Amino acid sequence: MSDRNFYIDYSRCIGCQSCVQACAECDTHRGVSMIHLEIIERRDSVQTAPQVCMHCEDPICARVCPADAIKKTPDGVVQSSLKPRCIGCSNCVLSCPFGVPKYQVEIDQMMKCDMCYDRSSVGKKPMCATVCPSGALTYATAEEIQRTRRGIAINSWKFGSEEVRTKVFVIVPREVEQVNVQIAGTPAALPEDPYDVALMLETAK
Amino acid sequence: MAKIPTDIPEIVEQFGPHLNRVPFGGWVASEEEDKMVKTHCCFCGQQCGIQLRVRNNKVVGWEPWEDFPFNFGKLCPKGVKRYMQDEHPDRLKFPLRRLDGKGFERVSWDAALDRVAGEIQRIQETYGKDSFAILTGASLTNEKAYLMGKFARVAVRTANIDYNGRLCMVSAGAASKKVFGIDRSANPWSDIPKAKVILVAGANVAECAPITTDYLWQGRENGSKLIILDPRLTPIARNADLYIPVRSGGDIGVFNGMLHVMIERGWIDRDFIAKHTTGFDQVAETVKKYTVEYAAKIAGVPPEMIVRAAELWGPACTSFLLHSRGIEHHSKGVENCVAAINLVIASGRIGREGCGYAMITGQGNGQGGREQGQKCDQLPGNRDIANPEHRKYIAGVWGVPEESIPSKGLSAVPLIEAIHEGKIKGLLSICFNPTVSLPDANYVREAMERLEFYVNIDFFLSETGRYADVVLPGSLMEEDEGTTTNVEGRVIRHRKVVDPPGEAREDWKIICDLAQRLGQGDKFKYSSPREMFEELRVASKGGVSDYYGMTWERIEENNGLFWPCPEPSHAGTPRLYEGGKFGHADGRAHFIPVEWRPSAEMPDDEYPIILTTGRVVSHFLSGTQTRRIGGLVDQYSQPLCEMHPRLADELGVHDGDFVKVESRRGNVVVRAQVVKTIRPDTVFVPYHWPLDRSANNMTVRAIDPVSNIPEFKICAVRVTRVEQPHDAIAELEVQAGGIR
Repeated sequence: MSDRNFYIDYSRCIGCQSCVQACAECDTHRGVSMIHLEIIERRDSVQTAPQVCMHCEDPICARVCPADAIKKTPDGVVQSSLKPRCIGCSNCVLSCPFGVPKYQVEIDQMMKCDMCYDRSSVGKKPMCATVCPSGALTYATAEEIQRTRRGIAINSWKFGSEEVRTKVFVIVPREVEQVNVQIAGTPAALPEDPYDVALMLETAK
Repeated sequence: MAKIPTDIPEIVEQFGPHLNRVPFGGWVASEEEDKMVKTHCCFCGQQCGIQLRVRNNKVVGWEPWEDFPFNFGKLCPKGVKRYMQDEHPDRLKFPLRRLDGKGFERVSWDAALDRVAGEIQRIQETYGKDSFAILTGASLTNEKAYLMGKFARVAVRTANIDYNGRLCMVSAGAASKKVFGIDRSANPWSDIPKAKVILVAGANVAECAPITTDYLWQGRENGSKLIILDPRLTPIARNADLYIPVRSGGDIGVFNGMLHVMIERGWIDRDFIAKHTTGFDQVAETVKKYTVEYAAKIAGVPPEMIVRAAELWGPACTSFLLHSRGIEHHSKGVENCVAAINLVIASGRIGREGCGYAMITGQGNGQGGREQGQKCDQLPGNRDIANPEHRKYIAGVWGVPEESIPSKGLSAVPLIEAIHEGKIKGLLSICFNPTVSLPDANYVREAMERLEFYVNIDFFLSETGRYADVVLPGSLMEEDEGTTTNVEGRVIRHRKVVDPPGEAREDWKIICDLAQRLGQGDKFKYSSPREMFEELRVASKGGVSDYYGMTWERIEENNGLFWPCPEPSHAGTPRLYEGGKFGHADGRAHFIPVEWRPSAEMPDDEYPIILTTGRVVSHFLSGTQTRRIGGLVDQYSQPLCEMHPRLADELGVHDGDFVKVESRRGNVVVRAQVVKTIRPDTVFVPYHWPLDRSANNMTVRAIDPVSNIPEFKICAVRVTRVEQPHDAIAELEVQAGGIR
């Protein structure tokens, strides 16, 4: 088992889609990317966010699968559905809090990111975390991350009342201990329209 | 008779651009016996290391090259998909000749080359030596760039050779030469994250040099402050400590205003200035009037931003300046760069670890391509064609009489003007797509039609290639070998990966055969690019860009060598100006005072909006390669006109509407993209597309008086909402210039 982990730092993402293009190169999913690059709200901002599978410790996608088609490897990687078992019901698609699994109509099967298991299981980095120009996606040891990043890596999430721990870490500011995703009533931490250039020109500090 | 022989849709049908989406042989598992070749990306000046996967002499995929000490395996989407240009259905595999009313037909190499040599001779005998011109490119290897300069001066004996780096690096290069005496980024990239403050002026790093992003972010992790100047809030600006949404053409306001504050508050290094520079007093005198209020008016930003920039930059202990086309693509491009560099030498922070300056070179061999003698005023080793000693030395290397070397010729834009005016009658181009990449594209297309003879060497039939009388199929980067010099001044090895397909040939073989037909074969007896490098080394010896101490073996062993490298025992020079020793004869850096002046065309009542142009991450330059790769076209398929919601409201435009963007010279119809991340007085259209989707239909044919770079970054336009066009060009596929 590798001593390296997968880290996402959303603040570094520049939306270039190298991860998407490189993922699509894999001969197991043949031109289809398993990474979703979210363009948050292009009108208001240039913020983008790459979404790989977070590889939950207790993957809800596997729990809700009526066909027992989603398996986790001993080293904690949640695999794509097993072709002979997947019935294409999309329970996993609906249940994943990160929106990762996608039902592929052409092959009538759910497919998702498996952290390039063909590569990572033999000591190579996953492809997206190798090519990512900005370091938003990184495959490294905990020591390397501590040494090179200002933020800290956490893998604890709260969706409403549901707590989730993931194999994949996200880099967040030092004071954050858990990513708390409120369904409603998220307090507005940022000023209104922080990236509106017209407002910047009017109201410089 | 350089006219498009038949309808454009017919040519597109035959030659593309079509999209390649699947690797050669299909999506099959990589195999043990596949050959991996360590080489470099063909696209931008970052020149990332990459391994191409080869099966049966075909490029079938790639692997990251994680040990290469610049990108460490990182790649942008262009690098990832680059191999899809191999085994492409549009690939030119046979020489072609124009057939009026029909298109192009295959001819033999002998017939094609005889015709080209015959036309060169006919035109030169009829109209004079300089009536035949050559346009080349900065994506050519050092060896080919050297060969093209020699071919023009020795075999064709025309003064008129220039290259598409004229649209790229010449303002930065000229400014660097004026201030420092050397045209090269001063530092290796490893110095960037060590700087406490990083100023990025006019560089959309995330899209145009994505690999540099990690160097900036590493700096941030170390606590560096990041200042970004750009009329658009680019992805790196989102996380900057200070983002200054400068008005295009107003950069000097920011730079001179910053220097004004720095002098006022004592944030300059008087000791360094006294010991290592000249001319500071004149600069100090000039910036006196650039109070932050005055400067802010020029820059079109609140004065507080300029104060804040000076507060970040001024007192820092280490700093790094990066600039790029945003400040360089101006009729005052050199002055913009000089004003920025003045901030570096006033602070004395150059020539040591974490302190310095770099220009972000755009094209693959943007650095080396401007050193080996393919510029209109230059001989190899970055020598001056007007300098008698330089001419004498190169004449000796080439074995020709000094007086046979032509004098300075025309740079790219005046060269096209000379074609338009009928002074130049014949043209050979390689690695250049001027009808897409030069400003005022309607004028450029008119000029092409006035040529008596045009021969185009390329691997795909570009939009300009359609005008050719003869098309010669050359080679992709991976079909030949040689060296390039990356953004840092690091000379690296491109390895041959596969052979050119069909009857296509390595570019250098085509040029050498032409030289022979022109009676100069004895000067072009190369059996490999390595022999050209050996000659180039000698030609560069004693010049500014001295490669003499380099061999291909040394370059490979060291993962690249930085010039100057004057002796075989020399380790190369990653960082210039250590100890405050600059490239001028007096050993000092030269301050040059710069006054702001308006751009060639400012907005007015009739054309009230500023148009600025640039790139998107999934395309490269004129798109000849990237508009043929499915994944890259899917990512960004047709040009959009970015505009602020306030401007959109005034114009009655909604996101996704079709708009006509129109200048005094031409127009495009594209879809609007309404975003808050751009100044409300400015619209942006990327320039990678041809014909009715070409941003250069609008741009102004104004050039910098020193560098001759065109003013791509500002012209005046008006924008109106229109209905979707349905003409024959609009109906083409988007990658060919259509619109959806």
